Amino acid sequence: MKKAFKLTAFTLILLLIFTMGFQVYGKSNKTMTVSFQTDITTLDPAIGYDWQNWSIIKSMFNGLMDYKPGTTQLIPDLAASYTVSPDGKTYTFKLRQHVTFGNGREVTASDVKYSLERVLDPQTQSPGSGFYTNIAGADEFSAGKAKTVTGITVPDKYTVKFTLVKPNAAFLHTMALNFAFVVPKEAVAKYGKDFGHHPVGTGAFYLKEWVLGQRLVLAKNPHYHVANQPLLDEIVFQIGLDPTVALLKLQHGEIDLLGDGIPSSRFVEVMKDPKLKKLIVEASQLQTGYVTINTQMKPFDNVKVRQALNMAVNKPRIIQVINGRASVANQILPPLMPGYDPSYKGYPYDPAGAKKLLAEAGFPNGFSTVLYANNVDPNPRIAQMLQQDLANIGIKVELKTLAQSTVIEAGGTKATAPLVWSGGMAWIADYPDPNDFYWPILGSASAAPGGWNWAWYAKAEFDKRAESADVISDPAQQGKRIKLWQGIFTDIMKEDAPWIPIFNEKRYALHSARIGGANALFADPIHIPVYYNGVYAK
Amino acid sequence: MIKLISRRILQGILILIGVSFITFLLSFALPADPARMLAGKSATPETIASIRHELGLDKPMYYQYGRYLWGLLHGDMGRSYAQKTAVTELIKSRLPATIKLTLAGILIELLIAIPLGVMAALHKNRWSDRAVMLLSFLGVSAPQFALGLILLYVFGYKWSILPLGGYGTPAHIVLPALTLGISGAGWYARIIRSSMVEVLGQQYIRTAKAKGISKSRVVLKHALKNAMLPVVSMIGLDIGVFMSGIVVVESVFDWPGIGQLTWQAIQIIDIPVIIGVVTVSAIAIVLGNLLADLIYPVFDPRIKYQ
Repeated sequence: MKKAFKLTAFTLILLLIFTMGFQVYGKSNKTMTVSFQTDITTLDPAIGYDWQNWSIIKSMFNGLMDYKPGTTQLIPDLAASYTVSPDGKTYTFKLRQHVTFGNGREVTASDVKYSLERVLDPQTQSPGSGFYTNIAGADEFSAGKAKTVTGITVPDKYTVKFTLVKPNAAFLHTMALNFAFVVPKEAVAKYGKDFGHHPVGTGAFYLKEWVLGQRLVLAKNPHYHVANQPLLDEIVFQIGLDPTVALLKLQHGEIDLLGDGIPSSRFVEVMKDPKLKKLIVEASQLQTGYVTINTQMKPFDNVKVRQALNMAVNKPRIIQVINGRASVANQILPPLMPGYDPSYKGYPYDPAGAKKLLAEAGFPNGFSTVLYANNVDPNPRIAQMLQQDLANIGIKVELKTLAQSTVIEAGGTKATAPLVWSGGMAWIADYPDPNDFYWPILGSASAAPGGWNWAWYAKAEFDKRAESADVISDPAQQGKRIKLWQGIFTDIMKEDAPWIPIFNEKRYALHSARIGGANALFADPIHIPVYYNGVYAK
Repeated sequence: MIKLISRRILQGILILIGVSFITFLLSFALPADPARMLAGKSATPETIASIRHELGLDKPMYYQYGRYLWGLLHGDMGRSYAQKTAVTELIKSRLPATIKLTLAGILIELLIAIPLGVMAALHKNRWSDRAVMLLSFLGVSAPQFALGLILLYVFGYKWSILPLGGYGTPAHIVLPALTLGISGAGWYARIIRSSMVEVLGQQYIRTAKAKGISKSRVVLKHALKNAMLPVVSMIGLDIGVFMSGIVVVESVFDWPGIGQLTWQAIQIIDIPVIIGVVTVSAIAIVLGNLLADLIYPVFDPRIKYQ
């Protein structure tokens, strides 16, 4: 009797422990479920800067500018209209009226000014502060020498004016970045550093529930200012799902969209499956995977050596390592980026020619060097391919496959990393303008400790040409500006070859049959993995 | 007893200080600058300086460590670099899931291992003994991720009788606990077998048999109870190890526990979270061992703590 009692009590306690806190999350017909392996970090537009939260934030907040869904074409968003002064230094935006935040208050021009000043305030610790230092008075404000940014003024409730230090044709793009999204001051004051977990915005969705490490649920904003959007009632982000399991769940009808994409180990199988194949949307990205050649380290200060390296790499063979999920890159800009030069063919794969160039440079027997790479698959395998290719022309490469942060640190430290394979850290443009592929990674100012110009490439001539392209703010002259940029990138490769462009990675979005929307929405170059506001559930 | 607990708690505190110091030191060995890493590629120098100041990176190491210990004493482990949330909050939100999986995993380990271990000992050197040993070898050798994926595929996808990972109902715990149980049961079965073989050869077992006590009673009451001591030690260790994160199993089954948090933190070198998780693991190991010490007298009354 006593034993039976003990056994029953033990079983009941165990049952109680196991069922405590368990709950099932149900879903309605107009719900889309997206899988992610890692937790979403923050939903604060001033802070969030990874591919995962970038698009979620876009569906919860708005800025003055946005892009036409599925394209890289700029359109006004919270701005009803805008004008640019003839000198390209003053931008005046007229705001849409009656747009409200999630707390019911109307958005005014003061909110725009507050949001930008918040980003520039070092206390906010925004990773995007550098995009706005060209606004007059921004540096003084950041340094604590001024209480407001003098270059942002609010003539009336619905007008906001920006004065720039120098003309910058990409300024409108920076107004479409998440960092420039408008937030209500009172909500930021209320939640302080936790605003990222209690976001209040103007977007198509608002945060309904966030259980750390488990799920994040967005619900439709019934007062959204864009007509007929969003088309879903809810989006459930299921967190912690291994991509392989997520794929099983999608096949089982439990997941609608693979947030992390198709797992590489199942890619070939998925592409052969007739059922799944028709649910895949292939997309180009604003991305180039490349090897930086440190132009300030010997023997890479010799352009012939850099050109030889460019001719030694068998790029299609490297693409096989990633199941063919990329196209060969022959130049710095990806094909999707304005300024890409389809007529430029780059350096051919020619090991014999490369050897000849090395001999001309004074290295007939090659030399030894070091290649840094991220240690997450497939990067070590790609690094090995590069090692083999360079061995074929007599260059002995020592591989240093390390944690991403260590590689970034090495790349940004002077005279440390002769070669860096950018995989895992490859440049994906923040906005679809060629200047974002120049100033942060090839401009002279970025060849500095902690910078991202890992080729340590600094040429005043190109800086000058880049500046002259950037001052062309007149929308009517954009064709001319893009032509100038095209010339800059082609000439950099022809004359100096500071990189070995390897490939432009493609994205494959796999969604369930119950989720619909134009293919362009799944292939959106700005919203990854999908333009959440535009897709619907059947 | 009280003396033992206080001594063990004191030892535990010393271990925790040691662990936190070593982990803290290791975080300094990283060649990456956390402030720059956090700031990203487009931040202004002022922003980087502000981050560095907030993290205390502009202060000497002893100051930073002192600040960390002071925070720890007040239940503050700092804020996650990536999630900008208090580390205690992150760990608290994950702890219940890990506790559930730990208990369920150990339960299944024992449910599988005890009958198998006892059977093997009773049939020592016979084919059933060899079969159990082979099975336990397979269980121990099978990689958890492969075993987990196979179970998921068969029970979740093919037969659809259990959920395909996740955390929601008691049914969700079955497959991850089974994965843990199968992997761990091999060890337990082997230990139970050898412990039982030893106990079954003891004089008091022969005496019990001579007194005409039934075989099942001799095995379960006299032999098994005494053979459980090494198992109790193992459970103590398992609690510690499982609580520090069952990284692979939690990742495969979408189980929102400490292991998943650890895995994510390591990927992005989120130092406050890594130090926090290591500290919690150390606490769990200390407590698990203390628990084992306290349970010993239940199985062997000769063990008495003065």
